[in-house]
Amino acid sequence: MSAAAQLEQAGITIGHDQIVHCVGPWTLDYLQNLERELMSLSWPRSRELVCEAGHVTAMDTGGAVLLYRTVTQLRRQGRQVSVEGLRAEFAELLRMVSANWDRIEAAPPPKSDWLEQLSRFIADRARHVVTALGFIGESTVAVWRSLKRPSLIRWQALFRSLELDGFHALPITGLLAFLIGVVISYQGAEQLRKFGTNIFVVDLVGISLLREISPLIVAILIAGRSGSAYAAEIGTMKVTEELDAVQTIGLSPMQLLVLPRVFALMIALPLLTVYADGLGVFGGMLIASNLLNVSFTEFVSRFEEAVAVRHFLIGIVKAPFFAMIIALVGCYQGFQIRGGVDDVGRHTTTSVVQSIFLVIVFDALCSILLNWWDL
Amino acid sequence: MAIVENEKNVPIIEVNHVATRFGEAVVHRDVSLTIQRGEVFAIAGGNGCGKSTLMREIVGLLEPTSGSAKLFGMDSRLLRDGHPQEIHRRFGVMFQQGGLFSSLTLAENVAVPLKEHTKLSREIVHDIVALKIASVGLPADSAAKFPNELSGGMRRRAALARAIVMDPEVLFLDEPTAGLDPIIAAGFDELVLQLKALLGLTVVMVTHDLDSLWRISDRVAVLGNGTVLGIGTMQELSRSADPMIHEYFHGPRGRAAREQAVKREAHLGG
Repeated sequence: MSAAAQLEQAGITIGHDQIVHCVGPWTLDYLQNLERELMSLSWPRSRELVCEAGHVTAMDTGGAVLLYRTVTQLRRQGRQVSVEGLRAEFAELLRMVSANWDRIEAAPPPKSDWLEQLSRFIADRARHVVTALGFIGESTVAVWRSLKRPSLIRWQALFRSLELDGFHALPITGLLAFLIGVVISYQGAEQLRKFGTNIFVVDLVGISLLREISPLIVAILIAGRSGSAYAAEIGTMKVTEELDAVQTIGLSPMQLLVLPRVFALMIALPLLTVYADGLGVFGGMLIASNLLNVSFTEFVSRFEEAVAVRHFLIGIVKAPFFAMIIALVGCYQGFQIRGGVDDVGRHTTTSVVQSIFLVIVFDALCSILLNWWDL
Repeated sequence: MAIVENEKNVPIIEVNHVATRFGEAVVHRDVSLTIQRGEVFAIAGGNGCGKSTLMREIVGLLEPTSGSAKLFGMDSRLLRDGHPQEIHRRFGVMFQQGGLFSSLTLAENVAVPLKEHTKLSREIVHDIVALKIASVGLPADSAAKFPNELSGGMRRRAALARAIVMDPEVLFLDEPTAGLDPIIAAGFDELVLQLKALLGLTVVMVTHDLDSLWRISDRVAVLGNGTVLGIGTMQELSRSADPMIHEYFHGPRGRAAREQAVKREAHLGG
């Protein structure tokens, strides 16, 4: 065989003389073929095998592993196997493989079994519940302390958070609330016109927006906007050891980072909800006057009769609770970040999903309770 | 490793008049060097002199502002998005922070290049991965752990295992011993030498660890002022008249490292 042909293919064959011939480059590129050839090889019955490897032109770790694995399997079947003619540097590689073979066999199989994964998952969840409860307790204590001594509150951080999470959110929440008002009015218009009860668009827009939709929309928006930011900010601080620095300097991360954010959101969210109420109703009003011939004055006078103050109040009272959920979940997820920067992304996403989930669950519970109390 | 015949005499890495600017900041003004097959080549220099930047330019992660870096005779600018694969499987990079995929276990991390570039059976992949994990000195039970469960030194070793899993021709190491304790750092140096002897690697490392410069490097390029201040063996460089190189190697730490190296040689000689 010419040198060029040898370079092109690696092979393992059994000659008539019962000698196993290994030829060509035993490197990663060719191992797939070699593996296939090995599968289809029928080994001679003789108890002694000679492996002639003088024509192996190249060998890397993968090739050495394959060769050693094959030889070991044959030996386990009770045969005597000798490898002959291997070049010195390849033999060295083979020796390295054989020296480490025990550890290779001892290495755990690639996938852990499902039982282990399941128990890991359950243990993980359980640990999360415990740490979450711990966090809630810790923050409650911190809130209690700052209420007793308001001088502990970081006013500067609070106002900054109020600006970033409240004031800067005005354009987007306003626009969204306006559009939601437009959509509700539009969808209602079609149905109401059929019955000639155009004026009831006021009830539809007013009650649904004030009581349910604008607090929810604002909460969801803020969860995406601020909750995620809280998780990312605190998480990054954890990764860069800023949190540790805060603690060693003798400050409380709770007081410094969590409470200002919680208080700021609890102030901002009700205000944003009122603002969203206004713009949403305005959006509904525009559509009503254009599509349903309900003029602005008619709309406003009907609004006063139809929409009781309690609807507005229920919406506003829910908002601070939403805010607390969002801020606490965001901060909690931030503190949960362990490893590196990559963890930040995952926990940020989790914070948004969890806070929106909890907000909606809380809202549903409120609806049920209020229904019982006939409100 | 099938070395294509006509490549045998071409330098494995060629850097020609590379200049790099990030906005206003000038990192390299004019850097040229060649690295031959089989040597342990170190890129040294003070903080911020563009050592890592140069390495990133060689492996195609960054484009030089002007000039060119060639790896295996091919312009590194052409190494984009994993293409061409033939070139990418011929070098391995160990990053300073490890660059391990955090969602995968150590064993899965090491297996990534094998799984992506070859179609080997799971058994063989498992064997090769276990062998590499063992050969960088990691315990077998660490294979199932995730990167954030490993210590810094172990992460570094795991990253090395992943870098060499394809038996690359060139191994790039970015500050391999930074932040490691002296015993582990020395062990790491030994490991690199062992791997080089066994697999015939060419090693390119960015470091300012003077001990490891003395211990394992064949040649060293000292970067500074945006150019190569000096290039040669440690012996040659330590006699250099260039004031910056002199300060680099003859500061208190440089002297200590050199004395160590001299002692070790005397010890070996005796």
